[in-house]
Amino acid sequence: MPKLDVLVLTGRTIEQGKGKEMGKLSKVYLDDVVQCNIDPQDMKTLKLKQNTNVKVTTNFGSVVLKAVKSPRAPHPKMIFISYGPWASMISDPRTNGTGMPSLKGIPAEIEPAPNERVLSLQELVNQLKMEA
Amino acid sequence: MAVITGVTCPVCGTFCDDIELIIENNVIVEARNACAMGAAKFLNYSAHRTKKPLIRKNGELVEVSMDEAVEKAAKILVDANYPLMYGWSNTSCEAIRTGLELGEEVGAVMDNTSTVCHGPSILSVQDVGIPSATLGQLRHRADLIIYWASNPWSAHPRHAERYTMFSDGRFEGSTWKSYLSRLRGVMSRKKIQRASNLVLKQDFCFTPQVEEGLPSSVHQKRRRTIVIDVRKTRTADAADCFFQVEPGTDYELLQALRVLVNDGELDVDEVAGIPIETLEQLADLLVNCKLGIIFFGLGLTMSKGKHRNIDAAINLTRDLNKRTKFLIMPMRGHYNVTGVNIVFTWQTGYPFAVDLSNGYPRYNPGETSAVDILSRDEADATMVIASDPVAHFPRAASKNIAKHPLIAIDPEVTPTTMLADVIIPPAFVGIEAEGTAYRMDHVPLPLKKVVEPPETCLSDQEILQRILQKVRELRRDMN
Repeated sequence: MPKLDVLVLTGRTIEQGKGKEMGKLSKVYLDDVVQCNIDPQDMKTLKLKQNTNVKVTTNFGSVVLKAVKSPRAPHPKMIFISYGPWASMISDPRTNGTGMPSLKGIPAEIEPAPNERVLSLQELVNQLKMEA
Repeated sequence: MAVITGVTCPVCGTFCDDIELIIENNVIVEARNACAMGAAKFLNYSAHRTKKPLIRKNGELVEVSMDEAVEKAAKILVDANYPLMYGWSNTSCEAIRTGLELGEEVGAVMDNTSTVCHGPSILSVQDVGIPSATLGQLRHRADLIIYWASNPWSAHPRHAERYTMFSDGRFEGSTWKSYLSRLRGVMSRKKIQRASNLVLKQDFCFTPQVEEGLPSSVHQKRRRTIVIDVRKTRTADAADCFFQVEPGTDYELLQALRVLVNDGELDVDEVAGIPIETLEQLADLLVNCKLGIIFFGLGLTMSKGKHRNIDAAINLTRDLNKRTKFLIMPMRGHYNVTGVNIVFTWQTGYPFAVDLSNGYPRYNPGETSAVDILSRDEADATMVIASDPVAHFPRAASKNIAKHPLIAIDPEVTPTTMLADVIIPPAFVGIEAEGTAYRMDHVPLPLKKVVEPPETCLSDQEILQRILQKVRELRRDMN
């Protein structure tokens, strides 16, 4: 499987913002926060098709997300994930003495994961419980 | 049917105060003037809510009375050695004040969501100060708007319409006409491209005319908008000029601009991926505006450099004030995150990450901040109010929230309430309960009660008051 070193950027989208106000169980929210926005050229390099699954791994964890062609390209070797429980699984907890974890520009490796599935919110919460 | 005007929107830091709500039978059926996020809240706030208090018994959440839930919450806080009380940005200043009293009573660490938003900005403001103004002043007078690492189109959807590029001020007008004509140009090019593809049966690439340096539109005598970001966001599409910087290089770019603004020279070809000639033109533009404003977002606070990025941005603003008038403002996220900093400071002397465990306030972000305390697994109980840290904190912190007793005061079902041992659902502040909140420019505005809450839901302030009373009773009994 091809792999690519990227930087992870987490942030707000209007869909995520709308979704969080409609409820964290709403379809609008859940559909948006599991998306991994990838530069079209990087999609080609990774031989990814729209809405196929990808695994993103950082030094702090890994998570399976749905690959989508970024509407805000070009941003080569940089992926964008909306704020939410899935992005938090791979974010950097180190705060460098400021209290603020590093939620933008996290080095990561991305690879196609056709045989793995995106966990549901309940499964993700259960995973945290298991790790506790 | 009732029409309620002048309602404040309890969603983002722009805290719009011109919302009109149509109410029928105690239900909001229409939200006029609201953005996508505001309308989503007003029309759907009740869709996934919890109405009755819940306690986890044998692994299952079961409905209990308010008294039982309050007693359980109070007991968790009294039994804990080092409880963390986190959240606060989505509730009223009145509730925050009561929460601080409770935190003092149980010796808690009090932290709010600015710890994972503009906490680094606050550290910088404490270091170097901040030249700022109210949004009304900027609406009327600012002729150069800079959104730096901020995407209001998605995070503060009406910010541009009410205060910057699309607002009509007394001295500076809206630029929506030039935006529309630019948009028409883009659409025409796309149409030509599509038609050419059909006729020629091959990919026709329309080559836009590339301008050297800054586009001519930024030199026009009108309000101009510049966006500086690592991605071309939707805000960038609407701006006159967009600079795409390499990730993690904002600090270099800010310092380079400081050098140029102070008439220095840089012996490099480019900084942060931007040619030095373009940066020189940008520095000229900054110096020659009448009143400029930098709105900065989490792209500066969450990336490499953190508070040092903000130091550089504020210092650039200070340097620019030697040549013209320039201001700077953080784009605060939650509607009352500014208010929580203010109330925390009134009551304890510090705006966030306040440790009250010694009986007096201690402030040392990095040590007394929520993510650090949780990552080190120091808190033996957590109370979360008006926030969802399990969804937004890094995994290393969230898993330790799950490890110890967790109280959630939240009306909605969230990843945090899914892990909670006690859930007390309050009334929605700004819809079912009134109060006060602070807009991002430190202007206090009232939150209105527009519909009645369910009978089982009290306001955040009442719930906290009850827990405080019960804590005092329990401690009295123990002594």
